Amino acid sequence: MTSVSIRNLDLNFGAINVLKNLNLEIEQGEFLVLLGASGCGKSTLLNCIAGLLDISAGQIHISGRNVTWAEPSERGIGMVFQSYALYPQMTVEGNLSFGLKNQKMARAEIQERVARAAKILQIEPLLKRKPAALSGGQRQRVAIGRALVRDVDVFLFDEPLSNLDAKLRTDLRVELKRLHQQLGNTMIYVTHDQVEAMTLADRIAIMKDGIVQQLDSPEEIYLKPCNKYVADFIGSPAMNLFKGEIVTGDTPGFVANGINTGLAGYGFERPVTGGAAWMGIRPEHILLGQACEGATVQTEALVDIVEPMGSDTLLWVHSAGQQMRVRTEGQSKIKSGDRIKLGFNAAQAHLFDATSEMRL
Amino acid sequence: MSLISTETEAMHRQDRGAKKPIRLFRNLNAKVAALPMIFTALVIFIGCTLWTIYHSFTKSRLLPAPEKWVGLDQYERLWSTRRWLVSIENLVIYGACTLVLSLVIGFTLAALLDRKIRGENIFRTIILYPFALSFIVTGLVWQWILNPEFGIQSIVQSLGWERFAFDPLNNGQIVIYGILIAGIWQGSGFIMVIMLAGLRGIDQEIWKAARVDGIPAWKTYIFIVIPMMKPVFITALVMIASGIIKVYDLVVAQTSGGPGIASEVPAKYVIEKMFEAQNLGQGFAASTMMLVSVLVVLIPYIYLQLGGSRRG
Amino acid sequence: MVDLPMEPSGPKPRVRLSRANIMLYGILLLVSLYYLLPLYVMVVTSLKGMPEIRMGHLFSPPMEVTFEPWVKAWSEACTGINCDGLSRGFWNSVRILIPSVLVSIGVASVSGYALTNWRFKGSETFFTILIFGAFIPYQVMIYPIVILLREAGDLVTPIAQSANPALELLGLEPFGKVRIMGSLSGLVFVHTIFGMPILTLLFRNYFASLPDELFKAARVDGAGFWGIYFRIMVPMSLPIFVVAIILQVTGIWNDFLFGVIYTKPEIYPMTVQLNNIVNSVQGVKEYNVNMAATLLTGLVPLIIYFASGKLFVRGIAAGAVKG
Repeated sequence: MTSVSIRNLDLNFGAINVLKNLNLEIEQGEFLVLLGASGCGKSTLLNCIAGLLDISAGQIHISGRNVTWAEPSERGIGMVFQSYALYPQMTVEGNLSFGLKNQKMARAEIQERVARAAKILQIEPLLKRKPAALSGGQRQRVAIGRALVRDVDVFLFDEPLSNLDAKLRTDLRVELKRLHQQLGNTMIYVTHDQVEAMTLADRIAIMKDGIVQQLDSPEEIYLKPCNKYVADFIGSPAMNLFKGEIVTGDTPGFVANGINTGLAGYGFERPVTGGAAWMGIRPEHILLGQACEGATVQTEALVDIVEPMGSDTLLWVHSAGQQMRVRTEGQSKIKSGDRIKLGFNAAQAHLFDATSEMRL
Repeated sequence: MSLISTETEAMHRQDRGAKKPIRLFRNLNAKVAALPMIFTALVIFIGCTLWTIYHSFTKSRLLPAPEKWVGLDQYERLWSTRRWLVSIENLVIYGACTLVLSLVIGFTLAALLDRKIRGENIFRTIILYPFALSFIVTGLVWQWILNPEFGIQSIVQSLGWERFAFDPLNNGQIVIYGILIAGIWQGSGFIMVIMLAGLRGIDQEIWKAARVDGIPAWKTYIFIVIPMMKPVFITALVMIASGIIKVYDLVVAQTSGGPGIASEVPAKYVIEKMFEAQNLGQGFAASTMMLVSVLVVLIPYIYLQLGGSRRG
Repeated sequence: MVDLPMEPSGPKPRVRLSRANIMLYGILLLVSLYYLLPLYVMVVTSLKGMPEIRMGHLFSPPMEVTFEPWVKAWSEACTGINCDGLSRGFWNSVRILIPSVLVSIGVASVSGYALTNWRFKGSETFFTILIFGAFIPYQVMIYPIVILLREAGDLVTPIAQSANPALELLGLEPFGKVRIMGSLSGLVFVHTIFGMPILTLLFRNYFASLPDELFKAARVDGAGFWGIYFRIMVPMSLPIFVVAIILQVTGIWNDFLFGVIYTKPEIYPMTVQLNNIVNSVQGVKEYNVNMAATLLTGLVPLIIYFASGKLFVRGIAAGAVKG
């Protein structure tokens, strides 16, 4: 069953098109992450779904109802904000019950719902405190609780973890995932953090310039980015990209700086045609030393810089005029200035058309 | 799953969200709440101003009366009235002196207070308190201080300078400077506060850089700080200018326009023509001239503001 | 390395009274004296008897402190035929002040809120007109407003009088002609109008500085225009309401022009009555009573100023920072 459906949505601010003919179908119980760099329109889209921004054209359906022009409170959504947006003059209990009081709900029911939400989020001891007396993590729980008490089908999260420090962010991320498993609601989650996106999402929608670039499972997005932008955006450190040309023949190859790299084993999405193209290979897919024996592509490279990061090591190398990043194990003995053997399998590479930048 | 709203509730709200609301009624509460503001902007600020300008071209003495279009007659009469000419002359002298003195005193005091001194709050409180007073109070106090029999003049004389004469309130030649002293006393603290805020807004690293470069403080002020504070100076200028044109109560309290008509100002001329002399047309023409003088200051300011925001 | 007495080490020796510092504090003290002088003169003059004033000079402290001028100024000084002192003007000012402050701040804060959170087509245009309208000299608008107030009175009269039969039945006094011009309500209206630019700017800027997400959260929680205003915005904005109150109380208390034009002698505010007392040409000039009266009139804003400290500064600076 479809939970949220966005049809041909347009949003213009004056002459600027912020969202362009956007279509999105979100299943009941799905965790969808809207991911993109700042200014891509992801938060704007979330605000449109919430009804906090009036759209220019198109429709929004939530739980089978057309809510295109409905007030935010009538849409059956709960929302959690980046700054938590707790009402500073009210206690935690007041914050949780404010929306319910506006619905003119019976006092007993309000108390019951607040108690239930507080139990789920383990904030029962905090109910009488004001937000100023809470830690960042506690505030975020209260903010989630405010959405929880509303008993709604759809939860909207607008970068809820980005104001927290790194450790707390990891903890709350896990809690959010647990909460989703427990409640089973539809959740739409905006973030610019790809780790959050990869770990939380059932599906990720990667946005750029108001357009959804790719909507897929995290795995699919990592393994088969549909265009060069997505390929470059997902993965840290970023994918190595080389400009060159595809030559057709018995076995197709990729030529860059006069070196022909065989493409045996690469799964083309469409019939091979020659022409300018980009080849990408993720740093973690580059094999070193012994390991690269048997790889379809092999070469030698000079190590420029070594960045040990504990769990792994990042090497900046160059070979045949190309800069490359290589990720290897944590306790690597490689030093800058070393000459090393490296290689990769064409099956793990990515090819993109030079003009359309679409996956080949 | 109990945390999911019931179907009936959803059905109940079904049709409300799908219907496109009528444009005028969207956000209706806000529009109703903004009515007083819209009324003020359109009826008072624009409507009343245009009404006055229109009637300055008529021969109205007392309204409601049949209006007779007389073109520029009122203005010709205005500019040949000695009292108006004195008013304008006073406004120019008072205005020019106030502008220069307020800016210089305001900035100097702000710079002194910005030198990380002890008791900054006390000094600021003392310098600013006259601004909290009514012009009537200010005018009456200075009328008393400048009293020739008991005030400054007599005190200086009693100290031995027996030929000392400073009696502005009874001397038509210098009466406007007597008002100026009171005006500066009341208003300079306000300019100081604006300037101080401007100085505090300047990046402290500028001072560190100047110190590392070995530039003396006065040079830093003149060549670096003041140019950086250009927007603050412009704001202060507009504030002072709009205060100058309004000068009315101060004169009424301190001199009542005297001796004779020596300290008349345009704002007073308008009020008297309208409410005492029953010569409305003159009042309208004179107030329109006041508006023109404001526009002369304001239009370049608007131009600068809009130009600035377009670049920003 | 340890004993090298020539090398500087440790904290830099401070010169307590450097020449520059003496200059700096000297200038500031002199300046302070200049600004304090009139206040001092008011106080000492108001505490002297007339004979002492005629003998001594302005700055000499009173040899014999008397509060008689204060009593006289408050309850006996004459304006025209009324000789019941400034107390009449004081209470008039209070009667003008309270509704004017409440209405002007209420209206302006709602306008500022609508402008910040509920923009509609044209709202920014009206605001721009409002701000630039603040620069129009009052003299340009003063007369048309007189007419507007008169007409408004004529407009309201039949409506009010339509209730007369009912009032007569109840034995209450029926409405005569309703006058808004020259009445308290007319003056409240004028103070509301002319207070609006600066107050709306003040509130708009403050509300705009509050996090937008709070407003969004309240909308998701189902609060409407007035709900958000009263339950979220007002409780969060108490400091700016205090600033606005300070600004309006001092501004309206100090007003002279509107008081003279839009009221009549029975309800003249304190400033107008003060001017009439001091500048009346009849009788012997009683400088001590005049100064007591002047000081009395200045007392309300002075108390507010000294009690409010930085909040006053924030209020007057609101017009100076760009909106």
